[in-house]
Amino acid sequence: MFNALKVRLSQGSQYIPDLRDVTLVGFRGRPVIGEPPCEAGCQACRDVCPTAAIAGPEPRLDLGRCVFCNECVLACPDQKLHFGPDYRMASGTLDGLVVGPGKAEASPVAVSEALHRRFGRSLKLRSVSAGGCNGCELELNAVGNVNFDLGRYGIEFVASPRHADALVLSGPLTRNMNQALETGYAGIPEPKFIIAVGACAISGGLYADAPSVDRSFATRFTPSLYVPGCPPHPLTFVNGIMDLLGIRPPRGGA
Amino acid sequence: MNASRLCLATPDLARPPSDFFKELRQRVAAGARLVSFYGRPSDDPAEVVLTAVFDAADGLMVSRASILREHGFHSLTRDVPAFHIFERELFEQHGAKPHDHPWLKPVRYPAGGAARPSDYPFYKIEGKEVHEVAVGPIHAGVIEPGHFRFMCLGEIVHHLEIQLGYQHRGAEALLLRGSPLALAPLVETLAGDTSVAHAWAYCDALEALTDRPPDLATETWRGVGLELERIAMHLAGLSGMCADIAFMQGASTYGRLRTTAINTSMLLCGSRLGHGWIRPGGVRLGVDGRTVAALTSNLALIRRDIAIINRHFCQARSVGHRLRGVGVVSTGQALELGLVGMAARASGVEIDARTRLRGELGTQLPIQMVVETSGDCWARASLRIREIDESLAWLDAAIAGQTTPAAAPAQRGELAPDRLAISVQEGWRGEVVHCLETDAAGALRHYRVQDPSLRNWFGLALSVRSNEISDFPICNKSFDLSYCGNDL
Ligand code: SF4
Repeated sequence: MFNALKVRLSQGSQYIPDLRDVTLVGFRGRPVIGEPPCEAGCQACRDVCPTAAIAGPEPRLDLGRCVFCNECVLACPDQKLHFGPDYRMASGTLDGLVVGPGKAEASPVAVSEALHRRFGRSLKLRSVSAGGCNGCELELNAVGNVNFDLGRYGIEFVASPRHADALVLSGPLTRNMNQALETGYAGIPEPKFIIAVGACAISGGLYADAPSVDRSFATRFTPSLYVPGCPPHPLTFVNGIMDLLGIRPPRGGA
Repeated sequence: MNASRLCLATPDLARPPSDFFKELRQRVAAGARLVSFYGRPSDDPAEVVLTAVFDAADGLMVSRASILREHGFHSLTRDVPAFHIFERELFEQHGAKPHDHPWLKPVRYPAGGAARPSDYPFYKIEGKEVHEVAVGPIHAGVIEPGHFRFMCLGEIVHHLEIQLGYQHRGAEALLLRGSPLALAPLVETLAGDTSVAHAWAYCDALEALTDRPPDLATETWRGVGLELERIAMHLAGLSGMCADIAFMQGASTYGRLRTTAINTSMLLCGSRLGHGWIRPGGVRLGVDGRTVAALTSNLALIRRDIAIINRHFCQARSVGHRLRGVGVVSTGQALELGLVGMAARASGVEIDARTRLRGELGTQLPIQMVVETSGDCWARASLRIREIDESLAWLDAAIAGQTTPAAAPAQRGELAPDRLAISVQEGWRGEVVHCLETDAAGALRHYRVQDPSLRNWFGLALSVRSNEISDFPICNKSFDLSYCGNDL
């Protein structure tokens, strides 16, 4: 009894009051690319990138591939890019994941009216990991802990696809999980949608060309939300979903 | 020499296989512990090169030989069960058959093989009253996939068969593509909850091959990353165990303390899972007065608050009732099976690479090994509680008087030709083993990764025998094994 009270006292209140407005210290989040054009022909960042996330002469960085390893930052002779602490990186489209020079603001996830109407007050998620290394899975579990407590918005992970409204996909999609993934997704009743979590699920990430990865599922179904990171920060996930469903727009937002 | 890494000129392989297998048996008989046993392709496609790594009285030792694939070899598993998963792996990867292996089943279903998860040869128990329960590959929570099949009589589990391989990505093949100096991001995702231990094992082996060993300050900061990872994952495991037994104060308090631990990692390296902490040649940390102060105060907060929840956890009757005597693995079983890490130590086996194979860091800044003897879920939980305390004490000593680490210079240098480098790091689950081998031109010709999970899954299967099936979740959580680490 006294032990329980002492725990209660030491615990205090741990929840983050406003999931829309948190300042992360030290987090390697949204990249910022400087405006002035690069030296012609410089390939330094592209050469070191393990996932071919950087393209074009500008350069443009694809968050759907990036694993936030920071190699490009260190390779750039002009210190043109760095990773800031902004966790708002989710997007409803693959194009929205591409960051170009000078654009510090995240392209907002477009609110889906249809999803808002159906799931704005209750969204049940079924997670399927298909080769996820437990990085994404740990962070997905964390969204339900006492700090992030996403349950406060009626958003929760459930045990059965039958109870779910959306599939949360992590991992590069292994060949050996193909069948189970198909069955799992088929088990979710309509209407349903997909959330792709982490560089692996979005693009294959570091495993895009791995011998036992089979991404055919990803070519047949298009996610409604992409949550980049390796792994994504829980706030990237949380804010992405809240944006998509139009839950409590961020301060100053639409 | 007792060190966690070994680098040697690739030994002469021209020896009769019978000598090699005799040597393996002799080493085991002399008390050496099997650390790894694996194959790699030979120059001659008809052959496969076998390597056995032992932890012997004088440190790590290696035995090697080349055998004909077609002939295979006589399995050692019946005499030394610790070989069992290695021989299965060897057969699956290289087709060298371990004759008379008692349990020769698929491990990962690699690309190019004909076997599929759907036709796994499950063990069958016959009888009118016997029933089977199949779970997975997709489980109830947010967790990696794997299949469990219970053969039960009523509520009692007679045998649990664990079928993995669903997570197999083909990671070892990827490690041979691209520059061997640039593999850290990939290595950090081999088992994403053990990123730091895997990255350290990789760098250790690589630095042996480039003959550029790190200085003590670098090693110390790597140790800080490793112990933070251990604390965070032990907290995550304790939180999960509490949730499984509906001890909700434990679930929430251990959970939020984990948040503090991983946010501390993020503060130093930018990632909550320690990605980017360790790179070949050094560490990449933002260490300054502010971050060190935050590190110190976060550790103090964890130490203060964990004592309060530990007391509650250890004294609560409901907790003891659910964990004591459940999921027992005896010392004998753990030794026979070759369990490693916390699962082994919870069953009274004294192995911990941090004390057993310590290099300079372990000598300058020793850490206390923790051992429990009861081998049940309670032992695995209290071991984790005590290990957190030891890690916190070690971190205090390590951080006191530490200087800012030099930024990791981009590692350069050629890999020495014809070398085999082996490194062992004690991750939070157990020993992480990386074996890198170069060819005559100094190119990486083989990369072997071994996560502790590979050896410990069978321990989980044994632990649930004669237990109620309803105790499986807590047994599973108490072992807390990696699927990806096993499946690679
Ligand atoms: S941080 Fe991202 S874009 Fe930069 S090198 Fe790493 S994976 Fe490529």
